[in-house]
Amino acid sequence: MAVRVVLPGVLADLTGGSRHLEVDPGGGTLGDLLDALAAVHPRLDRRIRDEAGALRRFVNVYVDGDDVRHAGGLGTVVPDGAVVQVLPSVAGG
Amino acid sequence: MTDLLAIGTRKGLWLARSDDDRRTWTLGEPHLLAQEVAAVSVDTRRGRPRVLAGVQYGHWGPTVVRSDDLGASWQETDSGAVRFPADTGAALARVWQLRPDTTDRPDVVWAGCEPHSLWRSTDGGCRFELVRGLWDHPHRPTWAPGGGGGAVHTVVPDPASDRVVVAMSTGGVYVSEDGGREWAPHNTGISAVFLPEPPPEYGQCVHKVAVDAAGPDRMYAQNHFGVFRTDDGGQAWTSIAEGLPADFGFPVVASPSTPGTAWVVPLVADVQRVPPQGRLRVQRTRDAGASWTELGAGLPDAAWTAVLRDACCADDADPTGLYVGTRDGCVYASADEGETFTLVAEHLPDVLVVRAARVD
Repeated sequence: MAVRVVLPGVLADLTGGSRHLEVDPGGGTLGDLLDALAAVHPRLDRRIRDEAGALRRFVNVYVDGDDVRHAGGLGTVVPDGAVVQVLPSVAGG
Repeated sequence: MTDLLAIGTRKGLWLARSDDDRRTWTLGEPHLLAQEVAAVSVDTRRGRPRVLAGVQYGHWGPTVVRSDDLGASWQETDSGAVRFPADTGAALARVWQLRPDTTDRPDVVWAGCEPHSLWRSTDGGCRFELVRGLWDHPHRPTWAPGGGGGAVHTVVPDPASDRVVVAMSTGGVYVSEDGGREWAPHNTGISAVFLPEPPPEYGQCVHKVAVDAAGPDRMYAQNHFGVFRTDDGGQAWTSIAEGLPADFGFPVVASPSTPGTAWVVPLVADVQRVPPQGRLRVQRTRDAGASWTELGAGLPDAAWTAVLRDACCADDADPTGLYVGTRDGCVYASADEGETFTLVAEHLPDVLVVRAARVD
């Protein structure tokens, strides 16, 4: 069963205009999921992770509503059917 | 003829054009809006001009983008134009400098980045390779970040040899004579007021370095307090600050065509960092720093702003044009070596970088 990835509108131009992606299969970690995304959308991946593989400081990722920074980070398990949401944090000016 | 002035700001890039030998300018619509543009270059070496911009996508990280149609479209390398190799464990924080090499090396572009690193592209800026000689230098772990971050912010390749000069905050001036393999600090004579005496071999906070039109051995340095000149390729530096109203500032710009001519934009420091008496002025030397003349016709009074290290530049036209951008979003252009200025733009975001070139 696929995982549904929800992106903010500002990143949609990197995926051909789509804010909703289906990534198959689930069951791995968030890192695995992002690796799979990176193979298809490398520029999208660079917005979410730096080249050392870390989540960017002001990018938050939620797996079924839980902030992965308070869970297992990139090692957080993403179950089949999960919703992974990418959101910019409150920052800037 | 058309002159192009690229203005990188904290929230986007603007391009201004002049079709009357720089007498009047037309400011275009914003490009890369909401993205910090801390580095830009207008590369005219291969006929069609290429604009390179070092951008920070807000929350989404830094990279280099390019336009071969003066901003009508922008391209980005999928895997990232500047990407630290995995073995370094490092990640790009900001692109501080984009510097095309000589016309004899038309595909070579240098980038200075944060964390302290130097990069070299051999395809016009699509992909950059880390210059390992500087990255692996034993001094690197002790280069401390300045207030803006730890970065190689100045790259000066010598058009006639394999010499490359970099400056960094902090770290100071380093020179390679072999295209980047071996590096040595060249800071003798440059002060470091934030460190105990005597000044160290390296660790200075050199804000900018410019090469005199007389040749590569004569350079100017605007330091974190102090303005200096070397006549021997950086082996020794001497103060040329006498006569300036303040010896702090960020940019130093050398004339590309007239030996001995250079400009600085002094600021009262260290706490205030504003123009002396709130009057924005440039100081020009015609004698390699032996004396300075204040220039400011067209520049504002009551200007409690600052000019950052890359927000002042010269062009290659005749007479030399000088351009000044301020943190309060104004840009001024001079077509007569700084004698008189006209307002190109106002109310922009903080100006981080200006670069000018004749594009046809």
